[in-house]
Amino acid sequence: MTAHVPPPALVAYAAGSPDDAAAWTIEVHLEGCAECRDRLGELAAPPLRALLGDAREAILAQARTGPRPVPRRPLRRWWLRWTDWSLLAWAAMTCTAILAAVLLDRNYPEQPSTVLLLAPVAPLAGLAVAWSRRANPNWEVVAGTARAGLELLLRRTLAVLLLVAPVLAVAGLAVGRNPALWLLPCLTFTAATLLLGSRVGVPLAAAVLGGGWLTAVAAASFTGDADAARAAAVTEALLRPATMPAWAAAAAVLTALTVLRADHLRRAAG
Amino acid sequence: MVRAVSADEVAPTRHAWRIEAVGLSVKAGRHLAVDNLGLTLGSGVHGLLGPNGAGKSTLMRALATVVKPHGGVLRLTGADATASRELRPVRRRLGYLPQQFGYYPRFTVREYVEYVAWLREMPASAVPGATQRAIDRVRLTDRADAKLKSLSGGMLRRAGIAQAIVNEPDLLLLDEPTVGLDPEQRVEFRELIRELGADACVLVSTHLVEDVVAACSDVILMDQGTRVFQGLPADLVRHGETGGVGDSAAERGYSYLLQQHRSA
Repeated sequence: MTAHVPPPALVAYAAGSPDDAAAWTIEVHLEGCAECRDRLGELAAPPLRALLGDAREAILAQARTGPRPVPRRPLRRWWLRWTDWSLLAWAAMTCTAILAAVLLDRNYPEQPSTVLLLAPVAPLAGLAVAWSRRANPNWEVVAGTARAGLELLLRRTLAVLLLVAPVLAVAGLAVGRNPALWLLPCLTFTAATLLLGSRVGVPLAAAVLGGGWLTAVAAASFTGDADAARAAAVTEALLRPATMPAWAAAAAVLTALTVLRADHLRRAAG
Repeated sequence: MVRAVSADEVAPTRHAWRIEAVGLSVKAGRHLAVDNLGLTLGSGVHGLLGPNGAGKSTLMRALATVVKPHGGVLRLTGADATASRELRPVRRRLGYLPQQFGYYPRFTVREYVEYVAWLREMPASAVPGATQRAIDRVRLTDRADAKLKSLSGGMLRRAGIAQAIVNEPDLLLLDEPTVGLDPEQRVEFRELIRELGADACVLVSTHLVEDVVAACSDVILMDQGTRVFQGLPADLVRHGETGGVGDSAAERGYSYLLQQHRSA
Protein backbone atom coordinates (compact mmCIF):
# COMPACT_ATOMS: atom_id res chain seq x y z
CA MET A 1 0.00 0.00 0.00
CA THR A 2 2.26 2.75 -1.25
CA ALA A 3 -0.03 5.15 -3.08
CA HIS A 4 -3.61 6.29 -2.66
CA VAL A 5 -6.17 5.84 -5.41
CA PRO A 6 -5.68 8.61 -8.02
CA PRO A 7 -8.64 11.07 -8.09
CA PRO A 8 -9.73 10.26 -11.67
CA ALA A 9 -9.83 6.54 -10.88
CA LEU A 10 -11.84 7.21 -7.74
CA VAL A 11 -14.30 9.38 -9.69
CA ALA A 12 -14.69 6.60 -12.25
CA TYR A 13 -15.21 4.05 -9.48
CA ALA A 14 -17.82 6.22 -7.77
CA ALA A 15 -19.67 6.47 -11.06
CA GLY A 16 -19.50 2.70 -11.41
CA SER A 17 -17.57 2.68 -14.70
CA PRO A 18 -14.22 0.78 -14.25
CA ASP A 19 -13.79 -2.84 -15.23
CA ASP A 20 -13.71 -5.63 -12.64
CA ALA A 21 -9.94 -5.84 -12.27
CA ALA A 22 -9.60 -2.08 -11.66
CA ALA A 23 -12.53 -2.14 -9.23
CA TRP A 24 -10.94 -4.98 -7.23
CA THR A 25 -7.66 -3.10 -6.96
CA ILE A 26 -9.47 -0.01 -5.70
CA GLU A 27 -11.60 -2.02 -3.28
CA VAL A 28 -8.60 -3.80 -1.79
CA HIS A 29 -7.05 -0.39 -1.14
CA LEU A 30 -10.27 1.08 0.22
CA GLU A 31 -10.59 -1.79 2.67
CA GLY A 32 -7.55 -0.56 4.56
CA CYS A 33 -7.47 3.16 3.84
CA ALA A 34 -9.82 5.44 5.74
CA GLU A 35 -8.59 8.50 3.87
CA CYS A 36 -9.61 7.16 0.45
CA ARG A 37 -12.93 5.97 1.86
CA ASP A 38 -13.62 9.52 3.03
CA ARG A 39 -12.76 10.90 -0.41
CA LEU A 40 -15.02 8.31 -2.02
CA GLY A 41 -17.84 9.40 0.30
CA GLU A 42 -17.50 12.99 -0.91
CA LEU A 43 -17.63 11.84 -4.52
CA ALA A 44 -20.89 9.93 -4.15
CA ALA A 45 -23.73 11.17 -6.34
CA PRO A 46 -26.77 12.77 -4.63
CA PRO A 47 -29.12 9.78 -5.20
CA LEU A 48 -26.57 7.48 -3.56
CA ARG A 49 -26.17 9.90 -0.66
CA ALA A 50 -29.90 9.97 -0.14
CA LEU A 51 -29.96 6.17 -0.15
CA LEU A 52 -27.10 5.97 2.37
CA GLY A 53 -28.84 8.53 4.57
CA ASP A 54 -32.04 6.48 4.55
CA ALA A 55 -30.12 3.30 5.34
CA ARG A 56 -28.36 5.01 8.23
CA GLU A 57 -31.63 6.19 9.70
CA ALA A 58 -33.18 2.76 9.34
CA ILE A 59 -30.21 1.16 11.12
CA LEU A 60 -30.28 3.72 13.91
CA ALA A 61 -34.01 3.22 14.37
CA GLN A 62 -33.42 -0.52 14.79
CA ALA A 63 -30.46 -0.03 17.04
CA ARG A 64 -32.54 2.04 19.44
CA THR A 65 -34.97 -0.81 19.96
CA GLY A 66 -32.24 -2.96 21.52
CA PRO A 67 -31.21 -2.85 25.16
CA ARG A 68 -29.77 0.46 26.30
CA PRO A 69 -26.00 0.53 26.22
CA VAL A 70 -24.48 0.33 29.66
CA PRO A 71 -21.58 2.69 30.38
CA ARG A 72 -18.25 0.90 30.48
CA ARG A 73 -16.41 0.64 33.73
CA PRO A 74 -12.73 0.72 32.83
CA LEU A 75 -11.72 0.46 36.49
CA ARG A 76 -13.31 -2.96 36.81
CA ARG A 77 -11.59 -4.23 33.71
CA TRP A 78 -8.31 -2.88 34.99
CA TRP A 79 -8.89 -4.49 38.35
CA LEU A 80 -9.57 -7.91 36.82
CA ARG A 81 -6.49 -7.78 34.64
CA TRP A 82 -4.12 -6.83 37.41
CA THR A 83 -5.53 -8.39 40.53
CA ASP A 84 -8.31 -10.55 41.78
CA TRP A 85 -11.20 -10.14 44.21
CA SER A 86 -9.75 -12.77 46.48
CA LEU A 87 -6.90 -10.37 47.25
CA LEU A 88 -9.14 -7.94 49.14
CA ALA A 89 -9.74 -10.21 52.12
CA TRP A 90 -6.09 -11.05 52.21
CA ALA A 91 -5.06 -7.36 52.06
CA ALA A 92 -7.23 -6.60 55.08
CA MET A 93 -5.63 -9.50 56.97
CA THR A 94 -2.07 -8.42 56.16
CA CYS A 95 -2.79 -4.81 57.17
CA THR A 96 -4.23 -6.04 60.48
CA ALA A 97 -1.13 -8.16 61.12
CA ILE A 98 1.15 -5.22 60.41
CA LEU A 99 -0.92 -2.96 62.66
CA ALA A 100 -0.71 -5.54 65.44
CA ALA A 101 3.06 -5.70 64.96
CA VAL A 102 3.30 -1.90 65.20
CA LEU A 103 1.33 -1.93 68.46
CA LEU A 104 3.56 -4.69 69.87
CA ASP A 105 6.67 -2.72 68.98
CA ARG A 106 5.33 0.44 70.56
CA ASN A 107 4.23 -1.20 73.79
CA TYR A 108 7.24 -3.45 74.23
CA PRO A 109 10.15 -1.48 72.83
CA GLU A 110 12.61 -3.62 74.78
CA GLN A 111 11.54 -6.78 72.86
CA PRO A 112 12.88 -7.64 69.36
CA SER A 113 10.94 -5.77 66.68
CA THR A 114 7.92 -7.71 65.38
CA VAL A 115 7.56 -5.36 62.41
CA LEU A 116 11.09 -6.19 61.36
CA LEU A 117 10.30 -9.87 61.71
CA LEU A 118 7.06 -9.73 59.74
CA ALA A 119 7.97 -7.22 57.03
CA PRO A 120 10.14 -9.34 54.69
CA VAL A 121 7.46 -12.02 54.29
CA ALA A 122 4.35 -9.79 54.40
CA PRO A 123 3.58 -10.09 50.64
CA LEU A 124 3.79 -13.91 50.60
CA ALA A 125 0.30 -14.53 51.93
CA GLY A 126 -1.05 -12.35 49.12
CA LEU A 127 0.95 -14.26 46.53
CA ALA A 128 -0.37 -17.55 47.84
CA VAL A 129 -3.94 -16.30 47.54
CA ALA A 130 -3.44 -14.68 44.13
CA TRP A 131 -2.28 -17.94 42.58
CA SER A 132 -4.36 -20.42 44.50
CA ARG A 133 -6.95 -22.73 43.05
CA ARG A 134 -9.02 -22.69 46.20
CA ALA A 135 -9.14 -18.94 46.74
CA ASN A 136 -9.99 -18.09 43.15
CA PRO A 137 -13.51 -19.06 42.05
CA ASN A 138 -12.66 -18.73 38.39
CA TRP A 139 -9.46 -20.74 38.59
CA GLU A 140 -10.43 -23.55 36.20
CA VAL A 141 -11.18 -21.09 33.41
CA VAL A 142 -8.15 -18.88 34.04
CA ALA A 143 -5.65 -21.74 34.38
CA GLY A 144 -6.23 -23.03 30.86
CA THR A 145 -5.77 -19.72 29.05
CA ALA A 146 -2.82 -18.38 27.11
CA ARG A 147 -2.06 -15.63 29.60
CA ALA A 148 -1.98 -17.96 32.60
CA GLY A 149 1.59 -18.33 33.76
CA LEU A 150 4.33 -15.86 34.49
CA GLU A 151 2.53 -12.88 32.94
CA LEU A 152 -0.60 -13.13 35.06
CA LEU A 153 1.44 -14.11 38.10
CA LEU A 154 3.71 -11.07 37.73
CA ARG A 155 0.72 -8.76 37.32
CA ARG A 156 -0.74 -10.04 40.57
CA THR A 157 2.64 -9.98 42.30
CA LEU A 158 2.99 -6.32 41.38
CA ALA A 159 -0.49 -5.61 42.70
CA VAL A 160 0.36 -7.38 45.95
CA LEU A 161 3.62 -5.43 46.35
CA LEU A 162 1.89 -2.13 45.61
CA LEU A 163 -0.71 -2.88 48.25
CA VAL A 164 1.78 -3.98 50.89
CA ALA A 165 4.72 -1.63 50.42
CA PRO A 166 2.95 1.61 51.46
CA VAL A 167 1.48 -0.03 54.56
CA LEU A 168 4.90 -1.37 55.51
CA ALA A 169 6.51 2.02 54.88
CA VAL A 170 4.00 3.76 57.16
CA ALA A 171 4.46 1.05 59.78
CA GLY A 172 8.22 1.48 59.55
CA LEU A 173 7.99 5.22 60.08
CA ALA A 174 5.59 4.70 62.98
CA VAL A 175 8.12 2.58 64.86
CA GLY A 176 11.02 4.75 63.80
CA ARG A 177 12.84 2.44 61.40
CA ASN A 178 13.98 2.87 57.85
CA PRO A 179 11.53 1.05 55.50
CA ALA A 180 14.30 0.62 52.91
CA LEU A 181 15.73 -2.08 55.19
CA TRP A 182 12.92 -4.49 54.44
CA LEU A 183 11.92 -3.52 50.93
CA LEU A 184 14.80 -5.48 49.39
CA PRO A 185 14.25 -8.57 51.57
CA CYS A 186 10.58 -8.33 50.54
CA LEU A 187 11.57 -8.51 46.88
CA THR A 188 14.00 -11.34 47.53
CA PHE A 189 11.36 -13.41 49.29
CA THR A 190 8.86 -12.68 46.52
CA ALA A 191 11.29 -13.82 43.82
CA ALA A 192 12.17 -16.92 45.84
CA THR A 193 8.48 -17.75 46.18
CA LEU A 194 7.94 -17.48 42.43
CA LEU A 195 10.99 -19.63 41.74
CA LEU A 196 10.06 -22.32 44.23
CA GLY A 197 6.47 -21.97 43.04
CA SER A 198 7.49 -23.02 39.53
CA ARG A 199 8.32 -26.40 41.06
CA VAL A 200 5.82 -26.98 43.87
CA GLY A 201 3.11 -24.37 43.19
CA VAL A 202 3.04 -20.81 44.51
CA PRO A 203 0.78 -21.34 47.56
CA LEU A 204 2.98 -24.13 48.93
CA ALA A 205 6.14 -22.15 48.15
CA ALA A 206 4.77 -19.12 50.02
CA ALA A 207 3.85 -21.28 53.00
CA VAL A 208 7.26 -22.95 53.10
CA LEU A 209 9.29 -19.75 52.75
CA GLY A 210 7.10 -17.50 54.91
CA GLY A 211 6.63 -20.14 57.57
CA GLY A 212 10.32 -21.03 57.42
CA TRP A 213 11.44 -17.43 57.91
CA LEU A 214 9.03 -16.76 60.74
CA THR A 215 9.82 -19.95 62.66
CA ALA A 216 13.58 -19.75 62.10
CA VAL A 217 13.90 -16.10 63.11
CA ALA A 218 11.32 -16.30 65.89
CA ALA A 219 12.98 -19.40 67.29
CA ALA A 220 16.35 -17.69 67.19
CA SER A 221 15.23 -14.39 68.67
CA PHE A 222 12.48 -15.17 71.17
CA THR A 223 13.48 -18.45 72.78
CA GLY A 224 16.09 -19.32 75.30
CA ASP A 225 17.56 -16.33 77.02
CA ALA A 226 15.95 -13.23 78.36
CA ASP A 227 18.69 -10.93 77.18
CA ALA A 228 16.62 -8.78 74.85
CA ALA A 229 19.59 -7.05 73.30
CA ARG A 230 21.11 -10.34 72.18
CA ALA A 231 17.81 -11.77 70.97
CA ALA A 232 17.06 -8.74 68.83
CA ALA A 233 20.45 -9.11 67.26
CA VAL A 234 19.27 -11.92 64.93
CA THR A 235 16.80 -9.89 62.87
CA GLU A 236 18.94 -6.78 63.24
CA ALA A 237 21.95 -8.67 61.92
CA LEU A 238 20.05 -9.93 58.88
CA LEU A 239 18.33 -6.64 58.07
CA ARG A 240 20.91 -3.86 58.29
CA PRO A 241 22.48 -1.60 55.66
CA ALA A 242 25.57 -3.83 55.33
CA THR A 243 23.53 -6.88 54.27
CA MET A 244 21.47 -5.03 51.65
CA PRO A 245 23.84 -5.77 48.71
CA ALA A 246 23.53 -9.48 49.50
CA TRP A 247 19.72 -9.26 49.54
CA ALA A 248 19.79 -7.32 46.26
CA ALA A 249 22.09 -9.86 44.60
CA ALA A 250 19.88 -12.71 45.78
CA ALA A 251 16.77 -10.93 44.45
CA ALA A 252 18.42 -10.41 41.05
CA VAL A 253 19.61 -14.02 40.76
CA LEU A 254 16.26 -15.45 41.88
CA THR A 255 14.36 -13.22 39.45
CA ALA A 256 16.58 -14.29 36.56
CA LEU A 257 16.09 -17.97 37.46
CA THR A 258 12.32 -17.42 37.69
CA VAL A 259 12.23 -15.95 34.20
CA LEU A 260 14.23 -18.92 32.92
CA ARG A 261 11.72 -21.28 34.47
CA ALA A 262 8.70 -19.27 33.23
CA ASP A 263 7.34 -22.22 31.22
CA HIS A 264 6.96 -24.26 34.38
CA LEU A 265 4.59 -21.68 35.83
CA ARG A 266 2.07 -22.24 33.04
CA ARG A 267 0.41 -24.94 35.05
CA ALA A 268 -0.64 -24.30 38.61
CA ALA A 269 1.21 -26.84 40.69
CA GLY A 270 4.10 -29.04 39.65
CA MET B 1 -3.67 -3.12 6.16
CA VAL B 2 -6.76 -4.83 7.51
CA ARG B 3 -7.41 -8.18 5.90
CA ALA B 4 -10.53 -10.22 6.35
CA VAL B 5 -8.54 -13.47 6.54
CA SER B 6 -5.37 -13.70 8.58
CA ALA B 7 -2.29 -15.70 7.64
CA ASP B 8 -2.95 -18.07 10.57
CA GLU B 9 -6.34 -18.99 9.21
CA VAL B 10 -5.06 -20.02 5.79
CA ALA B 11 -1.96 -21.85 7.07
CA PRO B 12 -2.04 -25.53 6.09
CA THR B 13 -2.95 -27.99 8.81
CA ARG B 14 0.06 -29.98 9.96
CA HIS B 15 -1.70 -32.48 12.17
CA ALA B 16 -3.99 -35.40 11.48
CA TRP B 17 -6.12 -35.05 14.62
CA ARG B 18 -7.19 -32.18 16.82
CA ILE B 19 -6.90 -34.39 19.88
CA GLU B 20 -4.51 -37.31 19.89
CA ALA B 21 -3.87 -39.25 23.10
CA VAL B 22 -1.82 -42.42 23.34
CA GLY B 23 -1.54 -44.29 26.64
CA LEU B 24 -2.70 -41.17 28.47
CA SER B 25 -2.81 -41.29 32.27
CA VAL B 26 -4.04 -38.40 34.40
CA LYS B 27 -4.17 -38.23 38.18
CA ALA B 28 -6.92 -36.60 40.20
CA GLY B 29 -5.19 -36.06 43.52
CA ARG B 30 -3.46 -39.38 44.12
CA HIS B 31 -6.01 -41.44 42.26
CA LEU B 32 -5.26 -42.40 38.67
CA ALA B 33 -8.55 -41.20 37.18
CA VAL B 34 -7.60 -41.65 33.52
CA ASP B 35 -5.59 -44.78 32.90
CA ASN B 36 -3.85 -45.67 29.65
CA LEU B 37 -6.43 -44.00 27.42
CA GLY B 38 -6.11 -43.86 23.66
CA LEU B 39 -8.19 -41.28 21.81
CA THR B 40 -8.10 -39.63 18.39
CA LEU B 41 -10.63 -36.93 17.55
CA GLY B 42 -10.97 -34.73 14.50
CA SER B 43 -13.49 -31.99 13.68
CA GLY B 44 -17.09 -32.54 14.64
CA VAL B 45 -19.11 -32.92 17.80
CA HIS B 46 -17.98 -35.74 20.05
CA GLY B 47 -19.95 -36.89 23.05
CA LEU B 48 -18.11 -38.20 26.09
CA LEU B 49 -20.35 -40.50 28.10
CA GLY B 50 -19.73 -42.39 31.28
CA PRO B 51 -20.97 -42.98 34.80
CA ASN B 52 -19.98 -40.70 37.68
CA GLY B 53 -16.35 -41.20 38.57
CA ALA B 54 -15.43 -42.58 35.16
CA GLY B 55 -12.73 -39.93 34.76
CA LYS B 56 -14.58 -37.70 32.29
CA SER B 57 -13.91 -34.42 34.08
CA THR B 58 -10.30 -35.33 34.79
CA LEU B 59 -9.82 -36.11 31.11
CA MET B 60 -11.42 -32.77 30.21
CA ARG B 61 -9.12 -30.94 32.62
CA ALA B 62 -6.08 -32.59 31.05
CA LEU B 63 -7.31 -31.74 27.55
CA ALA B 64 -7.89 -28.14 28.70
CA THR B 65 -4.22 -28.09 29.79
CA VAL B 66 -5.23 -27.31 33.37
CA VAL B 67 -3.59 -30.44 34.80
CA LYS B 68 -0.47 -32.07 33.48
CA PRO B 69 -0.89 -35.67 32.37
CA HIS B 70 0.84 -38.19 34.58
CA GLY B 71 2.06 -40.20 31.62
CA GLY B 72 1.53 -40.94 27.95
CA VAL B 73 1.34 -38.77 24.86
CA LEU B 74 -1.14 -35.93 24.42
CA ARG B 75 -1.13 -33.85 21.27
CA LEU B 76 -3.61 -30.98 20.91
CA THR B 77 -3.87 -29.44 17.42
CA GLY B 78 -0.51 -31.00 16.67
CA ALA B 79 1.38 -29.54 19.64
CA ASP B 80 2.69 -31.58 22.52
CA ALA B 81 0.47 -30.65 25.46
CA THR B 82 2.69 -32.35 28.00
CA ALA B 83 5.46 -29.83 27.30
CA SER B 84 4.84 -26.51 29.05
CA ARG B 85 6.74 -24.68 26.34
CA GLU B 86 4.17 -25.41 23.62
CA LEU B 87 1.09 -24.60 25.68
CA ARG B 88 0.63 -20.95 24.85
CA PRO B 89 -0.36 -21.21 21.15
CA VAL B 90 -2.55 -24.22 21.93
CA ARG B 91 -4.36 -22.34 24.69
CA ARG B 92 -5.17 -19.43 22.36
CA ARG B 93 -7.17 -21.84 20.23
CA LEU B 94 -8.88 -23.59 23.11
CA GLY B 95 -12.26 -23.04 24.73
CA TYR B 96 -13.18 -24.71 28.00
CA LEU B 97 -16.27 -24.77 30.18
CA PRO B 98 -15.37 -26.48 33.47
CA GLN B 99 -17.84 -28.59 35.38
CA GLN B 100 -17.63 -26.27 38.37
CA PHE B 101 -17.96 -22.93 36.68
CA GLY B 102 -16.83 -20.39 39.25
CA TYR B 103 -17.33 -16.72 38.53
CA TYR B 104 -17.08 -13.26 40.00
CA PRO B 105 -20.64 -12.47 41.08
CA ARG B 106 -20.36 -8.70 40.71
CA PHE B 107 -19.31 -8.76 37.09
CA THR B 108 -21.67 -8.49 34.19
CA VAL B 109 -21.86 -11.15 31.50
CA ARG B 110 -20.17 -8.81 29.06
CA GLU B 111 -17.34 -7.89 31.41
CA TYR B 112 -16.76 -11.53 32.21
CA VAL B 113 -16.70 -12.71 28.60
CA GLU B 114 -14.42 -9.80 27.64
CA TYR B 115 -12.09 -10.75 30.46
CA VAL B 116 -11.84 -14.33 29.20
CA ALA B 117 -11.25 -13.09 25.65
CA TRP B 118 -8.39 -11.01 27.00
CA LEU B 119 -7.02 -14.02 28.89
CA ARG B 120 -7.03 -15.99 25.65
CA GLU B 121 -4.97 -13.22 24.03
CA MET B 122 -7.46 -12.14 21.42
CA PRO B 123 -6.45 -8.91 19.65
CA ALA B 124 -7.96 -6.00 21.60
CA SER B 125 -9.78 -4.65 18.55
CA ALA B 126 -11.61 -7.96 18.05
CA VAL B 127 -12.75 -8.38 21.66
CA PRO B 128 -15.94 -6.23 21.81
CA GLY B 129 -17.36 -7.71 18.60
CA ALA B 130 -16.44 -11.28 19.51
CA THR B 131 -17.97 -10.81 22.97
CA GLN B 132 -21.25 -9.57 21.53
CA ARG B 133 -21.35 -12.46 19.04
CA ALA B 134 -20.71 -15.04 21.75
CA ILE B 135 -23.43 -13.56 23.96
CA ASP B 136 -25.87 -13.46 21.04
CA ARG B 137 -25.17 -17.07 20.16
CA VAL B 138 -26.13 -18.29 23.63
CA ARG B 139 -29.25 -16.06 23.60
CA LEU B 140 -28.20 -13.84 26.49
CA THR B 141 -28.37 -10.59 24.50
CA ASP B 142 -31.00 -9.01 26.72
CA ARG B 143 -29.08 -9.93 29.89
CA ALA B 144 -25.64 -8.99 28.57
CA ASP B 145 -25.21 -6.20 31.08
CA ALA B 146 -26.80 -7.97 34.01
CA LYS B 147 -24.59 -9.02 36.88
CA LEU B 148 -23.69 -12.70 37.02
CA LYS B 149 -25.13 -13.05 40.52
CA SER B 150 -28.55 -12.03 39.21
CA LEU B 151 -28.68 -14.84 36.63
CA SER B 152 -30.47 -18.16 37.02
CA GLY B 153 -28.57 -21.47 36.88
CA GLY B 154 -29.37 -22.05 33.21
CA MET B 155 -28.36 -18.51 32.28
CA LEU B 156 -25.07 -18.92 34.15
CA ARG B 157 -24.41 -22.09 32.23
CA ARG B 158 -25.05 -20.18 29.01
CA ALA B 159 -22.71 -17.40 30.14
CA GLY B 160 -20.15 -20.16 30.71
CA ILE B 161 -20.70 -21.43 27.18
CA ALA B 162 -20.31 -17.85 25.89
CA GLN B 163 -16.89 -17.50 27.52
CA ALA B 164 -15.86 -20.86 26.06
CA ILE B 165 -16.75 -19.92 22.48
CA VAL B 166 -15.69 -16.27 22.50
CA ASN B 167 -12.37 -16.92 20.73
CA GLU B 168 -13.99 -19.24 18.15
CA PRO B 169 -11.79 -22.10 19.33
CA ASP B 170 -10.44 -24.98 17.27
CA LEU B 171 -10.84 -27.15 20.30
CA LEU B 172 -13.93 -26.68 22.43
CA LEU B 173 -14.28 -28.64 25.65
CA LEU B 174 -17.64 -28.47 27.40
CA ASP B 175 -18.00 -30.30 30.70
CA GLU B 176 -21.67 -30.91 31.53
CA PRO B 177 -22.90 -27.93 29.50
CA THR B 178 -26.58 -28.86 29.57
CA VAL B 179 -26.96 -28.97 33.37
CA GLY B 180 -29.66 -26.51 34.36
CA LEU B 181 -30.89 -25.83 30.81
CA ASP B 182 -34.58 -26.28 30.10
CA PRO B 183 -35.68 -28.52 27.20
CA GLU B 184 -36.02 -25.63 24.77
CA GLN B 185 -32.60 -24.29 25.62
CA ARG B 186 -31.16 -27.78 25.26
CA VAL B 187 -32.47 -27.96 21.71
CA GLU B 188 -30.95 -24.54 20.97
CA PHE B 189 -27.71 -25.63 22.55
CA ARG B 190 -27.56 -28.74 20.34
CA GLU B 191 -28.01 -26.55 17.27
CA LEU B 192 -25.24 -24.27 18.47
CA ILE B 193 -22.72 -27.07 19.00
CA ARG B 194 -23.59 -28.67 15.67
CA GLU B 195 -22.83 -25.30 14.06
CA LEU B 196 -19.54 -25.01 15.98
CA GLY B 197 -18.63 -28.61 15.16
CA ALA B 198 -18.58 -27.84 11.45
CA ASP B 199 -15.10 -26.32 11.83
CA ALA B 200 -13.96 -27.12 15.34
CA CYS B 201 -13.45 -30.22 17.40
CA VAL B 202 -16.15 -30.06 20.08
CA LEU B 203 -15.97 -32.52 22.97
CA VAL B 204 -19.07 -32.55 25.17
CA SER B 205 -18.95 -34.46 28.43
CA THR B 206 -22.34 -35.41 29.76
CA HIS B 207 -24.29 -38.21 31.31
CA LEU B 208 -27.41 -37.46 29.36
CA VAL B 209 -27.41 -40.14 26.67
CA GLU B 210 -30.17 -38.34 24.78
CA ASP B 211 -28.06 -35.23 24.29
CA VAL B 212 -25.30 -37.27 22.74
CA VAL B 213 -27.53 -39.19 20.38
CA ALA B 214 -29.25 -36.00 19.25
CA ALA B 215 -26.28 -33.71 18.76
CA CYS B 216 -23.08 -35.68 18.38
CA SER B 217 -21.45 -37.21 15.34
CA ASP B 218 -19.38 -39.52 17.47
CA VAL B 219 -19.70 -41.15 20.90
CA ILE B 220 -16.95 -42.09 23.34
CA LEU B 221 -17.92 -44.17 26.34
CA MET B 222 -15.61 -44.17 29.34
CA ASP B 223 -15.56 -46.26 32.47
CA GLN B 224 -12.96 -46.44 35.25
CA GLY B 225 -10.55 -44.25 33.35
CA THR B 226 -10.46 -46.22 30.12
CA ARG B 227 -12.30 -46.07 26.83
CA VAL B 228 -15.02 -48.68 26.55
CA PHE B 229 -16.45 -47.74 23.20
CA GLN B 230 -16.04 -45.24 20.40
CA GLY B 231 -18.40 -45.11 17.45
CA LEU B 232 -21.42 -43.51 15.88
CA PRO B 233 -24.56 -42.79 17.93
CA ALA B 234 -26.28 -45.31 15.64
CA ASP B 235 -23.86 -47.99 16.82
CA LEU B 236 -24.78 -47.22 20.41
CA VAL B 237 -28.45 -47.57 19.53
CA ARG B 238 -27.74 -50.86 17.77
CA HIS B 239 -26.05 -52.26 20.87
CA GLY B 240 -29.23 -51.38 22.73
CA GLU B 241 -31.13 -53.88 20.61
CA THR B 242 -29.11 -56.75 22.05
CA GLY B 243 -29.72 -56.06 25.74
CA GLY B 244 -29.24 -53.66 28.61
CA VAL B 245 -31.65 -51.64 30.70
CA GLY B 246 -33.06 -48.19 30.03
CA ASP B 247 -35.99 -46.31 28.55
CA SER B 248 -34.57 -45.73 25.08
CA ALA B 249 -32.47 -47.80 22.71
CA ALA B 250 -29.49 -45.52 23.28
CA GLU B 251 -29.74 -45.87 27.06
CA ARG B 252 -29.98 -49.63 26.71
CA GLY B 253 -26.92 -49.58 24.47
CA TYR B 254 -25.09 -47.49 27.07
CA SER B 255 -25.87 -49.83 29.94
CA TYR B 256 -25.24 -52.92 27.81
CA LEU B 257 -21.75 -51.72 26.86
CA LEU B 258 -20.95 -50.87 30.48
CA GLN B 259 -22.12 -54.29 31.65
CA GLN B 260 -20.06 -56.00 28.97
CA HIS B 261 -17.00 -54.03 29.98
CA ARG B 262 -17.41 -54.67 33.69
CA SER B 263 -18.02 -58.39 33.31
CA ALA B 264 -15.08 -58.78 30.92
